[in-house]
Amino acid sequence: MTDKFISIESVSKRFPAAGGGSTTVFEDLWLSMARGEFVCIIGHSGCGKTTVLNILAGLEAPSDGAVIVDNQAIEGPSLDRAVIFQSHALLPWLTVMGNVAYAVASKWRFMNRGDLNRQAQKFIDLVGLTGAEHKRPAELSGGMKQRVGIARTLSIEPKIMLMDEPFSALDALTRGTLQDEVRRICLETGQTAFMITHDVDEAIYLADRVVLMTNGPNAVLAEIVENPLPKERQRNDVHRHPLYYGVRNHIIDFLVSRSKNFADEMAGTNYDRRHVPVVRPGTPQVSATRPASLDSTDGGQARSPMQVVADFPTSSRPSLAQHRA
Amino acid sequence: MAVTWRAALVSLLLFGTFIGVWHLATRGGGPVASMDPEYAKLVGATASQGKSAMPGPADVGLKIWQHLKDPFYDRGSNDKGLGIQLAYSIARVMIGYLIAVAVAIPVGFLIGMSPLMSRALDPFIQVLKPISPLAWMPLALYTIKDSSLSSIFVIFICSLWPMLINTAFGVAAVRKEWLNVARTLEVGTFRRAFTIILPAAAPTILTGMRISIGIAWLVIVAAEMLVGGTGIGYFVWNEWNNLSITNVITAILVIGVVGMVLDQVLARATKLVTFPE
Repeated sequence: MTDKFISIESVSKRFPAAGGGSTTVFEDLWLSMARGEFVCIIGHSGCGKTTVLNILAGLEAPSDGAVIVDNQAIEGPSLDRAVIFQSHALLPWLTVMGNVAYAVASKWRFMNRGDLNRQAQKFIDLVGLTGAEHKRPAELSGGMKQRVGIARTLSIEPKIMLMDEPFSALDALTRGTLQDEVRRICLETGQTAFMITHDVDEAIYLADRVVLMTNGPNAVLAEIVENPLPKERQRNDVHRHPLYYGVRNHIIDFLVSRSKNFADEMAGTNYDRRHVPVVRPGTPQVSATRPASLDSTDGGQARSPMQVVADFPTSSRPSLAQHRA
Repeated sequence: MAVTWRAALVSLLLFGTFIGVWHLATRGGGPVASMDPEYAKLVGATASQGKSAMPGPADVGLKIWQHLKDPFYDRGSNDKGLGIQLAYSIARVMIGYLIAVAVAIPVGFLIGMSPLMSRALDPFIQVLKPISPLAWMPLALYTIKDSSLSSIFVIFICSLWPMLINTAFGVAAVRKEWLNVARTLEVGTFRRAFTIILPAAAPTILTGMRISIGIAWLVIVAAEMLVGGTGIGYFVWNEWNNLSITNVITAILVIGVVGMVLDQVLARATKLVTFPE
């Protein structure tokens, strides 16, 4: 891979445990992302997804390993890596304009008032909040608050957007609209995005690649699912795509059973933390170590969408029932 | 609206009942016996006319009216208008209180932001906080050698603790996500202190200031009784020595009203800096 814009290299996170010793959230975690890529990470609660995101953001330091962004190891938070928080984290004493302008003023410290407001206004307009500039967060609905959060994040024109379940607190309708907007904005501005989600449909709609994480503690990245859907997809008909349910079922199967038993599943295979298996549900060939082979452009549309192929035989995968027996 | 009106009506009723009972209880039993006028003057109205020793509501009302008519007269060191005495007390409270604000808020910030300083200063605060402010008075008089400044010092020391503790708590309890916003925006320490922590902690800080002004107003009366000279506390003690219970009751009422005003001012201020999420 030539374009490793973000590279998580052998990162571990351990917390001191209650009775001495330590709990390992995850260790020796490797993941890289290309510039302009949209990656979603899915896993059960407590598996350490948020920790990965916080380490990427620089809000938490890894116990071991490093994160390299744009050929530089990160040391703490940066304006280049903007975070959209799950709980929007707006400052309640500032207006919508105040919240966005605060971020703008943090990035461009000597910008004059006029330019500052123009920049903030541009992004308030972009997320469709024109007219609500002088409202305070308490006067806004949940969806509008999250829009302000998005505007604040975008206004500083970051290189990377990190999103921690940004839409999980919203109703389905608002969530759909905001997904559309985030997708449009990311495509338009060429943003690199890393998003934590619990919503499989959201991941398939937004992501180029979906990273599956096993249950913690000692979580590992189980697979990277390449999204076989075309880049130009519409939310209203994405689920009609022949490959859609193949991807969806693959991810749900993982969440339902494989996420618990992944260690057993990997026993005796050539699973390598550094080269996480890449799967492309609905296409015949998949390589664990050479994702370049995925570039074969047949798209896989002609094949059965249910055909899930990895570099380990699906049939040999022990079922949950067998393991409990 | 309806509840407000009904509550006001009940308040009025209670007040009326109180005044009525007070009036009946202090009515007195009428003339006792005919006695020599010279002797009657000597024993006073209570013994000669059967008047109650306790002033009634009408006496107090008349006294209040006299004070309101002429609040700022000055007829020597032991006879000053209620307005002048109040002004002395309020000025002392304000000076001591503002010095306490200037000390408590920065130190509270330091304690709230630095776990090290929080632990290092904690034993001092724990020991100093429960000391009755008046216990400092002899030491203050001995070192400062000025009774008025000593009472200001006592006000300072008593208003310090609630503000200090509330500021430290408010600063330490700022929501982590707001701090994370500041961190991801690479906001420097000073800007973060003024633009994130101060507004986030402002409601808690102002609650501490409100508790402090209440305590300061309680303490000034006691302090002025001790140091004497001027002030509403001295006025109360002086009138007690004059055995003018009417003036004492008047002063009690005035102290209550001023305390309420001070409290309400800070309550309003707290409202101004509190933003719902």
